[in-house]
Amino acid sequence: MSLDFSADAKQKIEALCERYPSRQPVVMAALHLGLKEFGALTDDVLRLIAHTLDLPYPHVYGVATFYVMYKREPSGTNTLRVCTNISCMLRGGYEVLEAFERKLGIKRGQSTEDFHLVEEECIAACANAPAIVCGTKYFLDVKPGDVDDIVATLRANPHPESEVV
Amino acid sequence: MTCEVGFTLLTRNFGNEDAKKIETYEKLGGYQPLRKALRMKPEEIVAEVKASNLRGRGGAGFPTGLKWSFLPRDATEVYLVANADESEPGTCKDRELMYWDPHQFIEGFVISAYATGAAGHNYIYIRGEMMREYAVMQQAIAEAYARGYLGKNILGTTFECHITMHRGAGAYICGEETALLNSLEGLRGQPRLKPPFPAVKGLFGKPTIVNNVETLCNVKYIVDQGGSWFADLGVGRSGGTRIVCVSGHVQKPGVYELPMNITFRQLIDDICGGVWPTGASVKAVIPGGSSMPPLDESELDVPCEFDSLMTDERIKPCEFGAGKVFDMGGGRVLRSMAGSGGIVVMNDRTDLVAACSRIMDFYKHESCGQCTPCREGTGWLAKVCKRVAIGDGLPGDIELLGSIAHGIAGNSICALGEAAAWPMMGFLTKFRADFVRKVADAQQKVADAEARVAGKQGAA
Repeated sequence: MSLDFSADAKQKIEALCERYPSRQPVVMAALHLGLKEFGALTDDVLRLIAHTLDLPYPHVYGVATFYVMYKREPSGTNTLRVCTNISCMLRGGYEVLEAFERKLGIKRGQSTEDFHLVEEECIAACANAPAIVCGTKYFLDVKPGDVDDIVATLRANPHPESEVV
Repeated sequence: MTCEVGFTLLTRNFGNEDAKKIETYEKLGGYQPLRKALRMKPEEIVAEVKASNLRGRGGAGFPTGLKWSFLPRDATEVYLVANADESEPGTCKDRELMYWDPHQFIEGFVISAYATGAAGHNYIYIRGEMMREYAVMQQAIAEAYARGYLGKNILGTTFECHITMHRGAGAYICGEETALLNSLEGLRGQPRLKPPFPAVKGLFGKPTIVNNVETLCNVKYIVDQGGSWFADLGVGRSGGTRIVCVSGHVQKPGVYELPMNITFRQLIDDICGGVWPTGASVKAVIPGGSSMPPLDESELDVPCEFDSLMTDERIKPCEFGAGKVFDMGGGRVLRSMAGSGGIVVMNDRTDLVAACSRIMDFYKHESCGQCTPCREGTGWLAKVCKRVAIGDGLPGDIELLGSIAHGIAGNSICALGEAAAWPMMGFLTKFRADFVRKVADAQQKVADAEARVAGKQGAA
């Protein structure tokens, strides 16, 4: 196997395994770590995780494909999760999402080099709708006119989701 | 006596960035209730929680003390799991509770672990998208370990409690407690059949209590001030305060901690500064997250309290067809529920069919696909609701929506099926005219087109 986790990731995985009665529960954290280290959960990465945790590959594949945050393909550095659920919709969430599509020249679900644009379900920031989360950074009470500033802010200071694992 | 507006317990430190540091938290009296708890017997704490009338704040409103008492008496290995997978649309309190006051949560958690006999490893299941809150919680947990509030021999006792944060990865269904347990075990997040309930057979096959973040935070105050004091803050069978998240068309949306007996009208007018924009009026209010049947303007004098929303006769029972009242079993009607405290206000300019369609899209997207009534039913509801919303409704669509909702409710493995079916029935019951108008307009459009075609054919 050509791929391997960094020493730091291996240590994290082993430390986590100590906190559960078996290695299987650590698959969730290992997938997050896999995304951080390799940028996408390709078949090879899933095999590496299966090998690391002594799990069957189909098990890891099944978990990886159930949860939407486990990206199987490379995407832009900043994942912009723009909420359009009911509270955000009522305050202009779709207008914000469309403003990002125009600004970045992509559709929801697509990536540029530095942005991945996601139409997100409720992110629990309803009192500040429309809301966006990008890694550990929230943008609240967003208006379509704020899109230029948000893009510039994140280009200068990226917030990839892998900063937290 | 019920507490008054302005009284707060859980949200006292909101807005104070300093309060998440353990030194500040201790200075404010933090971790003293844990000391008190560890001097009590676990069963004494359970008795106080029962007396407190604390009800689960995740959505179901089930009495917490009663849930704890379902643990087998002879259980030797018990797990406590905090449900921090907040994702019910309109709900934004647990995220704030974790961000502003992580130690309040940890303290409530450790006390609850002690009370339920959950010694050893326990878990907080946090939603994957809450990356900022995950970082805050990790920091707070490390501080709590360093000060001896977590780990072995907590505060010099024999009690051992570890907390591990387990991150989700984007699946609303993992807020359902058995799906959450599967996800914790490293499986796809699909719910389990109940019974057995988690209190009997839960995480790793062991007796397990799953409690919401806000629920666990409250336990700290129950130990500190006593169950009867906590019960007196509330009304009837609902103890304590109520955290509501108000969003949508109000002047001042926000997360507010309020007395249980506050009505929706007081909430909108007095707390949230009235309807937004100025001059608009209320058309509909979702009272407890998008899975709850909405209220109309005539139902706003009901309090935001658990029992009132289920039983107050001022709230119309939901129907699945004109005049066909939905039976939840045993003749119980469905009015609404307090759910997760997510209150979404919609003004008189709102396209309620479009709003309903967005909600149906959500449940279709989040159905785990395991059981047929939910997987097929939510997809069908979303498809039909959307075509009505965009002006392509067909004759019979309204009856079809009611019948699909009726076919889902009570027939799915978990409550996600109801989470789609109930609001659908609620919208159809109270805002049927909006749906009727949409379908009529669509049919008029068809009739006009046919007339144009017939005219052209006549001319040729």
